Amino acid sequence: MMLIPCPHCGPRAHAEFTFDRPVEAITRPDETPDALVRNLFSRENPRGPSRELWRHTYGCRSWITLTRDTATHAITDVRPVGVGA
Amino acid sequence: MKYSALSLLRAGLGGHKDWPRAWRDPEPKPHYDVIIIGGGGHGLTTAFYLAAVHGVKKVAVLERGWIGGGNTGRNTTIVRSNYRLPELHALMELSLKRWEGMSDEINYNVMFSQRGALFLGHSDSDMLQLAQKGDAMRADGIDAELMTRDQVAKLIPLLDVSRTARYPVQGGLIQRRGGTARHDAVAWGYARAADRLGVDIIQNCEVTGMDITGGRITGVQTTRGPIGADRVGIAVAGNSGRVAAMAGLRLPIESHLLQAFVSEPVKPMIDTVIMTQSLHCYISQSDKGEIVLGGDPDAYPTYSQRGAPHIIEKAAAEALALVPALSRLRMLRSWAGTTDMSFDGSPFIDATPVEGLYFNGGWCYGGFKATPGSGWLFSHLLARGENHPVAAPFRLDRFETGRTMDEPGVGPMPQNR
Ligand SMILES: Cc1cc2nc3c(=O)[nH]c(=O)nc-3n(C[C@H](O)[C@H](O)[C@H](O)COP(=O)(O)OP(=O)(O)OC[C@H]3O[C@@H](n4cnc5c(N)ncnc54)[C@H](O)[C@@H]3O)c2cc1C
Ligand SMILES: [Zn+2]
Repeated sequence: MMLIPCPHCGPRAHAEFTFDRPVEAITRPDETPDALVRNLFSRENPRGPSRELWRHTYGCRSWITLTRDTATHAITDVRPVGVGA
Repeated sequence: MKYSALSLLRAGLGGHKDWPRAWRDPEPKPHYDVIIIGGGGHGLTTAFYLAAVHGVKKVAVLERGWIGGGNTGRNTTIVRSNYRLPELHALMELSLKRWEGMSDEINYNVMFSQRGALFLGHSDSDMLQLAQKGDAMRADGIDAELMTRDQVAKLIPLLDVSRTARYPVQGGLIQRRGGTARHDAVAWGYARAADRLGVDIIQNCEVTGMDITGGRITGVQTTRGPIGADRVGIAVAGNSGRVAAMAGLRLPIESHLLQAFVSEPVKPMIDTVIMTQSLHCYISQSDKGEIVLGGDPDAYPTYSQRGAPHIIEKAAAEALALVPALSRLRMLRSWAGTTDMSFDGSPFIDATPVEGLYFNGGWCYGGFKATPGSGWLFSHLLARGENHPVAAPFRLDRFETGRTMDEPGVGPMPQNR
């Protein structure tokens, strides 16, 4: 069980959040087809720190990014996403 | 030693003191024709069929821990071929047919029990989807029977089929040839059978690197030293990404976790595998009497093998609503395995861009049923360098080309499976 510190709501139970994708898999419309395929459909899938996009779906519904260790679940560097963030 | 009623009797009279070890514990040789990385069911069946069917002489299975200690020994052992897509029919039915002859083939009782695998339908749309799936199965020659609510109630008397049930039951789709098996026995049985054909099963031997020269694999680095090989097959389930990275490859896979849990053992109460079309909860009873339960995957990348309680709470709540009699049982233990989640939920059996290096993985949380089929097909690829027609669609580049096999049709995200 993880406690995820939402930048808007403070520490909340992991059950309130949903994982979306590693930040490396966020794509932009102007990327080349090769880069799109690579970023959308393959992963580094590291065992260790990973920069990820999550959403506080059952809370304030905001998107956030964080660094999470996929072996220990230690979470650091949580940041808001979006306009003004 | 061949296992038989006579050998059991003889050993019994001697107080079971003289059973020989089931497989050797060999030192790694300097070089093999084929090395399989990963001593789970998929790696062991691959090695067995390489020796038994393709006559490959020098084969080794390298396992970093003990054989069957990964997902093979952690899964809920449901075996079935009741899929919707034709590619998965061909794959899972090839596998199911091998399950039906497995205990004889390897002279080891894997306790394969074809007790029937039932999907419950809870609504009109559930029943429509089940009927469609059943038709698709029968069109491909696989057994499937649509059942009414009364037929389901007769099959599983403890199921709550009342009108006021939390999850009303409208009917179901049963595959009578589906069932369960003893997972450890599958690993041990194939290890023993492969060993008897000369395959080296090498435990406590972690692959830590790959030797690649001029785009071709020549061997692997391990915690027990370097070992040469003409061909190498990867079958490491949840560690697919880490092992592929040793060859500089990225895969369409994320490692997530799936939990399962069991109750204290009780007398026989459920003799069918119960799954449902709308919920993610599956219920069966092991031959020891434990009620085996599983639910949703935890749905985020992790190697921790430690799940969150709200996931099993949901599965338990669904199971209790379906079979209220379970409410009196105490749970004995829960655990998790690291699952190799592919983006469309279907596996990969394919060559990699590195010559001589082959990949088998992406089985998500459904690869136990595929164990003998996976080994049958992967051994074909490793021995001949080209894919068996049944394995041919399971390519690593299918997201790029748009030829995905998305059984539920939910789009290419590993956490949606
Ligand atoms: C809780 C749970 C329930 C499941 N229920 C079902 C079910 O009911 N039905 C079904 O069909 N499937 C089910 N599955 C899925 C199924 O268990 C897997 O798909 C299947 O066991 C994968 O088999 P495998 O042989 O590839 O993997 P594993 O048994 O995990 O074997 C891989 C092996 O590779 C080894 N390894 C890893 N890295 C290295 C390295 N660097 N060097 C050497 N060795 C290495 C590991 O130690 C491991 O032993 C379930 C999975 C889980 C976790
Ligand atoms: Zn929030």
